[in-house]
Amino acid sequence: MSVFLRDLLRFRRGPWEMVASIIIALGVFMLMQPFILFGYTYSFIITLVGTVMFLIVSHFPQ
Amino acid sequence: MANGIIERAAKSTPAPFARKIKGLSDRAIAWIFITPTIIILLAVNIFPLIWTIWLSFTNYKANRPNADVKWIGLRNYERILTDSDIWLTMQATAHFLIWTLVLQVLIGFALAWLINQKFKGNDLWTTIIVLPMMLSPAVVGNFWTFLYQPQIGLFNYVFAFLTQSDPTSFSMIGDVALAPWSIVIVDTWMWTPFVMLICLAGLRSIPDYIYEAAECDRASKWRQFWTITVPMVLPFLMLAVLFRGIENFKMFDLVVQLTGGGPGSTTELTSINLKREAFEKWRTGYSSAYAIILFVTVFGLASIYVKALNKVKER
Repeated sequence: MSVFLRDLLRFRRGPWEMVASIIIALGVFMLMQPFILFGYTYSFIITLVGTVMFLIVSHFPQ
Repeated sequence: MANGIIERAAKSTPAPFARKIKGLSDRAIAWIFITPTIIILLAVNIFPLIWTIWLSFTNYKANRPNADVKWIGLRNYERILTDSDIWLTMQATAHFLIWTLVLQVLIGFALAWLINQKFKGNDLWTTIIVLPMMLSPAVVGNFWTFLYQPQIGLFNYVFAFLTQSDPTSFSMIGDVALAPWSIVIVDTWMWTPFVMLICLAGLRSIPDYIYEAAECDRASKWRQFWTITVPMVLPFLMLAVLFRGIENFKMFDLVVQLTGGGPGSTTELTSINLKREAFEKWRTGYSSAYAIILFVTVFGLASIYVKALNKVKER
């Protein structure tokens, strides 16, 4: 956990890609879940933020 | 051999053109070759994408090309993301996507594993299993409509025979609860062979000596399956899931032929709903926003999936 946080603070690709992936997965789940309309409403912005973040952080050093 | 081809190509180049390109660097010649491809790519892919993004912020209607186009900001996105009907189509798509992927992976892998065993008539069975994949989705949709008929359909008769019920007591296409499953069954029937073929390629790429070494170490068949077969087939399986996932997310033809999105809108997947908004209601700006939402979703999912695939391949 401490390695993950250290790499996150040093802007390393691995942990940041992990964070972006979790955000995308959360957005897609919110888009397709059948429980709360509120979740569906905010799903796109979350997926978009995750996708743009993924594109940016995939250029961070390994 | 290569030099011969280069010499022949140089000789066959027309003299005026040869004189023109004589002083050019390799880099410049490379640019001359790839420029047409880049121009076509920009015209066919990039420009429509950018134009769609712009249209998604307007009230443009393609059936009224002379009407004023107003910039309405995020209103299209706001309408889509608060519309409970579109939310339902997203749920229908999720149901279709998850179940088709689960069934196709399980059945496809099992079939590939069986076909990979050496037995008589192996090639014949492979050909028979692969047949559905070669048919047109429109044809498959049409003949499954007949198979699902409550009065004359073979599917109803077989199911009724197995469960000892009345074949006319249920309608796969007409029943709200069964219709989503009817499209899952047909897609699974049609596309499981594709997953099977990819898994078969993975299974055949595993060298025999790995299993022989495992036998020497007295590993059981069960252990060999989980520690050799599954990890080595996993990258192939993930590729199959990626292809099928993207395809099924934009599934249109098969479902339109089979149910037309009905009964009601229980099988109305996002692509069918999008087509209705764009080309029946002619809400071009609105449907552009809808398309962008779907694009970002597929792009985001594909990004994390390709990352996971690369990780599995590195192992």
